[in-house]
Amino acid sequence: MSLAKPAMRGLLGKRLRFHLPIAFALSLVAAAAFKYGVTEPRKQAYADFYKQYDTTKEFNNMREAGVFESVRPTGK
Amino acid sequence: MMSSKEARSLKMLHLTTGRVGCLLSKQVVVALTSSGARMSSHGHHEVSDSVDMSQPMYWDRLDTPLPDRPWKDVLDSTDKSLKQKEKGPWTALSKEEKIALYRLKFNHTYPEMKRPSHEWKTVIGGMFIVFGITGLVVLWQCHYVYPPQPHTFGEEWQAKQVQRMLDMQINPIEGFSAQWDYKNKQWK
Repeated sequence: MSLAKPAMRGLLGKRLRFHLPIAFALSLVAAAAFKYGVTEPRKQAYADFYKQYDTTKEFNNMREAGVFESVRPTGK
Repeated sequence: MMSSKEARSLKMLHLTTGRVGCLLSKQVVVALTSSGARMSSHGHHEVSDSVDMSQPMYWDRLDTPLPDRPWKDVLDSTDKSLKQKEKGPWTALSKEEKIALYRLKFNHTYPEMKRPSHEWKTVIGGMFIVFGITGLVVLWQCHYVYPPQPHTFGEEWQAKQVQRMLDMQINPIEGFSAQWDYKNKQWK
């Protein structure tokens, strides 16, 4: 009935040596995933949208639809 | 001595709950207060649940393992002779004697203290009952308390609102108007 003496020292150090590299790695993975999954596609979407954007045409569309108060639709 | 104070406050708590007869703490009360049969082994002459707080107390607690006094205070002759034998070398004690000495000193072992109970069923059941009552209250209030909805919630108004949002090109890149096909005048 004699058990081995349990570890009495270095418990926190052991835990940190195990968990900290994993924590850093996972954080980097999360940041990279967000960057390449969210922000880069978003920047690309905005760039593509404004490449084809005709400001005057869209302004006139909105004006005809009647959403502005400073310019009324043409006609009247 | 913080341990005695904690033990005393815990004892007081389950004394009051014992009087109230709360369903939840019933097991706690049974586990921690002494039953009639066990009282005699302690040598206390209390009839009701009152405990003399000026004396050292016994407790079964996971976080404070060594109480102020042993479980069995009043020892009969066999116990006394065992205690005498304990004063000698412990290698002379048999396994049963060691266990008997342990049981003299302590009421529950750690596994016995940690034994699971059926309390969770009471908790979950009570939660659902309260949810149900709350639901009834909310239903009544929807009917009797709330004022009429604003006119902006109506079907026609909502349709006109959506059209206006599309005309303004709300979020045309990744959001609302991005889902609308302006050429074919329909949702993508």
